[in-house]
Amino acid sequence: MGSGSLIALMIAAVAFSGIAILISKILLKTTHNIHKGEPYECGIPTIGPSWIQFSIGYYLFALIFLIFDVELIFIFPWAVVVKQLGWVAFVEILIFLFILFMGFLYAHKKKALKWM
Amino acid sequence: MFSLSHITDLVNAWLYQQFPPTLALLLQFVIVGILVITLFSILGLVLIMMERRVAAWMQLRLGPNRVGPRGMFQTVADTVKLIMKEGMTPNGADKLMFNLAPYIVMMVSMVIMAPLMFADGFQIWDINIGVFFITAISSVSVIGILMAGWASNNKYSLLGAMRSGAQIVSYELSAGLSIITIVILTGSLQVSEIIAAQQTGWWIFKGHIPVLISFVIFIIAVTAETNRAPFDLAEAESELTAGFHTEYSGMKFALFFLAEYVNIFVVCAIGATLFLGGWMPFHIGSWESFNHIMDYIPSSVWFFGKTFFLIFVIMWFRWTFPRLRIDQLLNLEWKYLLPISMFNLILVTLMAIMGWHF
Repeated sequence: MGSGSLIALMIAAVAFSGIAILISKILLKTTHNIHKGEPYECGIPTIGPSWIQFSIGYYLFALIFLIFDVELIFIFPWAVVVKQLGWVAFVEILIFLFILFMGFLYAHKKKALKWM
Repeated sequence: MFSLSHITDLVNAWLYQQFPPTLALLLQFVIVGILVITLFSILGLVLIMMERRVAAWMQLRLGPNRVGPRGMFQTVADTVKLIMKEGMTPNGADKLMFNLAPYIVMMVSMVIMAPLMFADGFQIWDINIGVFFITAISSVSVIGILMAGWASNNKYSLLGAMRSGAQIVSYELSAGLSIITIVILTGSLQVSEIIAAQQTGWWIFKGHIPVLISFVIFIIAVTAETNRAPFDLAEAESELTAGFHTEYSGMKFALFFLAEYVNIFVVCAIGATLFLGGWMPFHIGSWESFNHIMDYIPSSVWFFGKTFFLIFVIMWFRWTFPRLRIDQLLNLEWKYLLPISMFNLILVTLMAIMGWHF
């Protein structure tokens, strides 16, 4: 089957979730209450909104991830042909990984990988 | 030999005989959709039951044993309960994002089924970039999780989603590098070719120690990627109540839960395909009669047997290791697993070029 199967699967996923939610909407009885829609934080009234400034640590890791993920995409096509290309490809990936590893060490030295 | 591919071939031939090609193709899509939905439902029921039974067995207790014979229908009863519950949206939430998130998570775990090979010749789409496709699609699920956590307007959800995001993106690198080691050895991204290359022996046996290392790294990474204990920081019950799906209830919660369990199945299926030979039976070199006996076991049994063994291992982890802290978790990935897998990549390349593997 061709690429159409992906669309079929997507439609199946949406249909499955949609029907499941719809059935429960039809079956259940809703009640209304002022306190019902409040955020659940273990009974204590919430203080302030949660959409505020957030720890930058997560963002840093996402940035480093981005670099390595792009590297991963570069390695995939290389991995397919490395057996045919032989030593040339091996030396090239050594250079590539060396540069990358230097970047990794730099990030490590700058304490980007340290959780604060 | 009986194989599921016979049934698919029969159905395929019959459809093209009876209907014009376009209609036959459409009907095939409908059949695939229904089959995958059925697989989802069965997997949800079986895996949740299995999780609870394994947990009970590891802790020397009985586990669910009231509903149906030996408690087999406990999950069905739970599903009925969840259907009858109200799936409410909290007041301050971003309504569109909040309601869209379960759909995205479900869509990802369903689309990722496409290149999986469930038995000999039984596959939805034998896409030529199969493994790459899996790596690419599996990283989309983090968007659904971040959406769910952010839109809930709840501090627990936000923290859970952020942790989950950091964790999933970090461990994806080592999982990807482990997958690449097998791609190097096989020289192809296509799932069917990766399995065909293991006819003489599974990669975990053929590939010596480097492949064993990448197998271990892969299992650790996928445990973290599916937010399983000991890496279940994203939904650490004792500190974040339920993490990114704290505010979800009823059927929307059920969809998240189902997607989580299906993801465990999917990653274990990928592990079984790459390292344990997919549907390939277990063969020992020149033991002809032994190999013939192994050939008589249907390929689907081999595939599901290996997958469920890996699922069992991942469930085993949950009752063996205590939960990590977020800095320990990120240290493990960035300071140990990533350098090791990069070094391992070079080792495997050397092995592939020198032809040291069998």
